[in-house]
Amino acid sequence: MLSLTQQDIVQPIQPMLFYAFAAIICISAIGVLLSKQIVRMALYLLGTLAGVAGLYFFLHAELLGAIQLIVYAGGTLVLIIFGIMLTTKNPWARLQISAFERNLGIEIGLAAFAVMAWIAFQWTGGRMDEQALAQVTEYPVATIGRVLLSKYLIPFEVVGVLLLVVMIAAAYMAKGRRAEEIGR
Amino acid sequence: MITLEHFMVLSAIVFGCGVATILTKRNAIAVLIGIELVLNAANINLVAFNRYSWSGEAVSAGGEPAVEGIMFALFIIVVAAAEAAIALGIILNFYNMHSTVDIERANLMKG
Repeated sequence: MLSLTQQDIVQPIQPMLFYAFAAIICISAIGVLLSKQIVRMALYLLGTLAGVAGLYFFLHAELLGAIQLIVYAGGTLVLIIFGIMLTTKNPWARLQISAFERNLGIEIGLAAFAVMAWIAFQWTGGRMDEQALAQVTEYPVATIGRVLLSKYLIPFEVVGVLLLVVMIAAAYMAKGRRAEEIGR
Repeated sequence: MITLEHFMVLSAIVFGCGVATILTKRNAIAVLIGIELVLNAANINLVAFNRYSWSGEAVSAGGEPAVEGIMFALFIIVVAAAEAAIALGIILNFYNMHSTVDIERANLMKG
């Protein structure tokens, strides 16, 4: 009677996993807000992105977690760090904002949080019971691929065109101009 | 038991931090980092809703699980990457003109 299944072992660990990821995300998101140096902000952003990828794995969206790590942590973040390196003479430089504007911005952020948290506890829309939740243990990549190329075919094509346009535009804009063209 | 509310509150925290970051920074790249936070908050909500707020009848009947939220998150990631690339192109051009990335100096089109 004392046979433990894998489920029995995994079940109690799950909340701890969630709280670990949530702690990483919250601490690094607040770090982004409070740190004054742009390089540290980028580093904290990496923490948030990695934590969100962990949450995707927690929610059984493994493909999305992998894409999050590859595209965000591997692509966008490197892009941002290159942007920092190319545009900052002193990477530790600070651009200060007045105390009033700073407080106002943080208050607006707190207000946005308060409204969304209030909605979270007010919202009582349809949700799965625990039994139904336990039945869905994965979102197969095959299903995602099939849906992507059938139901979401037009958005998929549009996104492909968007990426082409963005690639050409980014290369054109960043190619750099001669000083007389800029008018200096 | 982790419920949908946990994810919604976590997403609200990230969203609040993102909005406050956008509003309190003067460095254009810092504003871009704030936008990434906001988009990630939206993605957390989409994937969590896909998992928790779907009836589950399709799986009980032997069908495939719904992947609507995952699809939306996927497209948001692509658009976010495109937006970051274009924004950095604009910021580099701005830096070439003004030798700074202070957004207070971006007043060329001010009436």
